[in-house]
Amino acid sequence: MKRIKLETILDHTVLIIGSLIMILPIVMLLQMASTPDIETIKNGPGLVFGDQIPVNFEKAMFQADGFSGANTGVRMLYNSMILGFGFAFGKIIVGMMAAYAIVYFRLPFATMAFWIIFTTLLLPLEVRILPSYEIVQKLGMLNTYQGLIIPLIASATATFFFRQFFRSVPEELVEAARIDGAGPIKFFIDILVPLSRTMIAAMFIIMFVYGWNQYLWPTMITTEEDMFTLVRGIKQITQSIDNTNVPEYGRANLLAIIAILPPVLIVIFFQSWFVKGLTESDK
Amino acid sequence: MKRAGFSTRWLPIMLLLPQLLIIVIFFYWPAWHAVRSSFFLQDPFGFGETFVGLKNYASLFKSSAYMRSAWFTLFFVVLVTFFSLAIALLFAVKADKVLRGAKTYRTLLMWVYAVAPPVAGVLGVIMFDQSWGPATEFFALLGYDFRLGVNYYDTAFAMVVVSVWKQLPVNFIFFLSGLQSIPRSVREAALIDNRSASSRFWDITFPLLAPTGFFLLITNITYAMFDTFGVIDVLVRGEPGNNPLTLVYKVYVDGFRGNDLGGSSAQSVVLMVLVLAMTVFQFRMVERRIHYT
Repeated sequence: MKRIKLETILDHTVLIIGSLIMILPIVMLLQMASTPDIETIKNGPGLVFGDQIPVNFEKAMFQADGFSGANTGVRMLYNSMILGFGFAFGKIIVGMMAAYAIVYFRLPFATMAFWIIFTTLLLPLEVRILPSYEIVQKLGMLNTYQGLIIPLIASATATFFFRQFFRSVPEELVEAARIDGAGPIKFFIDILVPLSRTMIAAMFIIMFVYGWNQYLWPTMITTEEDMFTLVRGIKQITQSIDNTNVPEYGRANLLAIIAILPPVLIVIFFQSWFVKGLTESDK
Repeated sequence: MKRAGFSTRWLPIMLLLPQLLIIVIFFYWPAWHAVRSSFFLQDPFGFGETFVGLKNYASLFKSSAYMRSAWFTLFFVVLVTFFSLAIALLFAVKADKVLRGAKTYRTLLMWVYAVAPPVAGVLGVIMFDQSWGPATEFFALLGYDFRLGVNYYDTAFAMVVVSVWKQLPVNFIFFLSGLQSIPRSVREAALIDNRSASSRFWDITFPLLAPTGFFLLITNITYAMFDTFGVIDVLVRGEPGNNPLTLVYKVYVDGFRGNDLGGSSAQSVVLMVLVLAMTVFQFRMVERRIHYT
């Protein structure tokens, strides 16, 4: 029999404790979502799972709180999807186009364009949140999907990422394409985009998660309940828990689980792409 | 630029246009707006504004609430950065070492990356619930009465714990990929030269991880300053009151709720300067680090 070293046991103990720290809070959330509210209010999170998940799922998806009755789970899920996909697609398309222009063309003002674009990497949206709000307000884009998505695209992370990648594409490809008579548009669509498939997938995952998880910006610019996203809706939920006598823990916690499920699943299933994109984009 | 680039004139301009337009409208315009209004005092009823020079800045640094928030932010950033880096490094070193179940551990330790910060905040609210939160009960066993949202230090503690939890996965991913990129030959050479695992770690692995660590240091500082907004907002339940506030949260509270535009803009500008200084420092260090990678 193989002798198991003490050190190996120690390594696994550390990793198991770490994994438990990451996973237990969510199990707790799930347990509370499966228990009748009265029990949760009395005893808090317990060890036994109940049978209330279908009931709470029904409530979480179709019941609304607030005044208009518009922010049902289904509606918020829909808005989150639009934000996540809209942001990811928008950012990748805009970023790839700009990166293509910077890397493959002789531009008189290339250096200036580069600096105009890459200064945006320095300042996160959070530091200029109020003036951004005012400008979106001036443009009449409060409570619209454009107002939600476009200001978030105003940072050059994707452009930077694709610039790095395009620069690593062998020079001979462009030369060969030109000799074969391919114009810049044909080269981009037929050669560069297919070559970047993995990169696009990695970027897409990162950007989808980033967009989906936005909180501050949606909190500020969406005031109408039918524009709430799931993550923004969390605030509404915690407030409704604080202000009622019989707080609906089951419903609130199930909604929180629904809010994290899509990005979590994407990150788990496309793990290798996601890790590759993350570690390569930021260096 | 590529040597063999295309020389079409109009196409690159069309390609750049969407990016430039979005950036000018939603980046430079607001940034300029913030700088400008930090020198003005806005009429509370919206009738015009008066130029006041540096007055907004002066009253900012004289305000005890602002300085209190600045000091809190400093402590908060130091604690969150230190603990999330140290714990993640420990996990990464172990996950890199084990043979069995490495993939499972990796997934379990990184999936929280996708959890939105306010949801992490909700978990904190439950863990530290006054009447039955598991963490509160644990403190009660030790004879301490933990009061989230009431006691300043208790709230600060909860903010640090939740923020560290949320940041562990990113650091873990980067440290693990940094560890895995250390060449096998280097490890084997170290193994022959040095029998002690801990001195092998500090003499060989740790210095080789330094570039990753430095990059992560900056990322974590930025995270603790800006991306913890959701965690904090949920933990204080939108009631700043007597609770500890980070500088970014204060910009939001003062400008959006308190309607003090000039003061809030001055706060934004202070933050911009801070971030810019940090980035310049980062670029300098990155230039230097190229020599040994």
